[in-house]
Amino acid sequence: MAGKTDYHVDLAQALVLKAPAAADYLVVAPLVIGFLFGAICLMSRKNTDRQPYIAIAGLVLMLAADLGLFWHVWQNGTVVMTMGRWLPPFGITFAADMLGATFALTAGIVGLAGGVYALRDVGRTGRRYGFYPFLLLMMAGVTAAFLTGDIFNLYVWFEVLLISSFGLLILGSEREQLDGATKYAFLNLIATTLFLLAVAYLYGTFGTLNMADISRKAAKMRETGPLFTIAVLFLFAFGMKAAAFPVNFWLPASYHTPRIVVSALFAGLLTKVGVYALLRVFLMLFPVERDMLAGTIAIIAGATMVLGAMGALAQNDIRRMLGYLVISGIGMMLAGLALGSETGLTGAVFYAVHSMVVMTALYFLAGIVGRRMNGFSLATAGGLYSQAPWLAGIALVLLLSVSGLPPFSGLWAKVYLVKASLDVGAWWLAFSILLTGLLTTIAVGRTFAFSFWRERQADDGEGSEAPAGTSGFVTASLVALTALTVAAGLYPEPLIQVSDRIASELLAPAGYVDTVFPPQGPQQTEVQSQQ
Amino acid sequence: METAITILTGLFFATSIYLMLSRHIIRILLGVAILGNAVNLTIFTNGRITREAPPIIPDHAAVPEGVIANPLPQALVLTAIVISFSFFAFLLVLVFRSYQEIGTDDTDEMREAEPRDEPAPPLGY
Repeated sequence: MAGKTDYHVDLAQALVLKAPAAADYLVVAPLVIGFLFGAICLMSRKNTDRQPYIAIAGLVLMLAADLGLFWHVWQNGTVVMTMGRWLPPFGITFAADMLGATFALTAGIVGLAGGVYALRDVGRTGRRYGFYPFLLLMMAGVTAAFLTGDIFNLYVWFEVLLISSFGLLILGSEREQLDGATKYAFLNLIATTLFLLAVAYLYGTFGTLNMADISRKAAKMRETGPLFTIAVLFLFAFGMKAAAFPVNFWLPASYHTPRIVVSALFAGLLTKVGVYALLRVFLMLFPVERDMLAGTIAIIAGATMVLGAMGALAQNDIRRMLGYLVISGIGMMLAGLALGSETGLTGAVFYAVHSMVVMTALYFLAGIVGRRMNGFSLATAGGLYSQAPWLAGIALVLLLSVSGLPPFSGLWAKVYLVKASLDVGAWWLAFSILLTGLLTTIAVGRTFAFSFWRERQADDGEGSEAPAGTSGFVTASLVALTALTVAAGLYPEPLIQVSDRIASELLAPAGYVDTVFPPQGPQQTEVQSQQ
Repeated sequence: METAITILTGLFFATSIYLMLSRHIIRILLGVAILGNAVNLTIFTNGRITREAPPIIPDHAAVPEGVIANPLPQALVLTAIVISFSFFAFLLVLVFRSYQEIGTDDTDEMREAEPRDEPAPPLGY
């Protein structure tokens, strides 16, 4: 074929000719590291002593890449890279804006904390069954979902993180786990299949899958295309992934069954991917449809947060209570999406970052509490304050933080959300947020009172006063995450600035679109219209 | 052609939803498998079904000549088939294992993780 090239091809029409700056490679670095170290861990699966160190090295590098990317995006704005150098929309685009970079960075922190916690929590059997490869692949999937700029590619990353999460969920194959995993797997698979269905219609309508491309074409297609239907499908599919009421029942059925570190990572990462996808799709692709659906989303948000908190009140098992608190937090973020104002979105993003860190830390805490109490039941809990006062201190910080009380990070997000609700006169949404805060305070206050303040229960079968001491790794990861929520609570200014910038970027997607499709001269526009 | 395939897709969706409404986990599994195929057919139909030449560029040209079939839906469907088949295989094993352990394939009876007689939280000290 090479001999017959008697035609001239202008590569500038099809390829990015300028080599990307070295720093731009940070967009793909986290997932490359994740897959690379995941593969190495898989190869050394039987070497259960060495494997954790490889994994921790991978997670540290991933966090470093996330940090670098965050700094790069903060300084220089949205960073774009297109696979195979094909000009978008033909190559798959990776685009990191502040939203993606911030979520990726938080995921990196949570992932590293989980990896360190697992050094003690996941023993030889768990390692042999592939805990660390699954963890790294899930981290790669989550991070890539935050960074991709192509909606079909987003679907693929959803599936990558889903299949890795299945592996983590059934690690151990106990009866409870198999039951929980069955429900989790079916409902999540149906959700991603519906997401794919929405993508199919999106492709049929726009003929492109690049999110920036769809964003700039949406205005023209609004008259003729079934955009509202597609938007509702996306709301349903991502709502199910995010565990929004009334499609949230897979979460309390499964999140308390696996090892505590797996629950912690799921609570910190997976539902937030659904929230991220909702923010991305509704604010960038379908802003007009979001306005039309705002009332519905607000009702969903209110119901999710209040019913989540009420579910938490009804639980005897600490882990199940935390599962309902995860759902309740999703309602808070959806409230920001429903409001759609800059203040509301700032609150939602702040809450998402806060929730990723705090929910993970709470599950870590539950793990330590459960180990010391020989179980997670509130009925038999007690005596932890006299046993470990430092743990009581950390628990108090985290429990106050999750219920949004000062001076911890949950407060500021709620201040923004309540203000945004009152700005548009949605007093009932503000009331739901405050009511949720009250119910959450009761639920977590009871947990604290029963497991820490109360005397050790006599009917505690073991009765031995010497439970296994808490290992240094476990403590370190818990303390690190707690320190983050304290820092963000006492000095919220940096995180507010970041959230504020994310909100303004989300409300003006033209900036993102212009980075993917730089404004062109007349010659290039002509080429585009010929296609 | 599109009309016929659209009706077929509708039948697939109807079948899969009917099966997924069952309480028996194996029927739900079959429903999910058919749902995946229904979505694949939807992608395929959304890419416009045309009886045109395969998308091959002749040796002497830089761009295809005339109308060609759309290759992209096939790439998308291929990806989706691979993913949904691997999930089907995983779910099949998962369902079999949980049937072995729990001894029922009725989802109403699968209450290991959420037992019916779970105690209420303590109401006071």
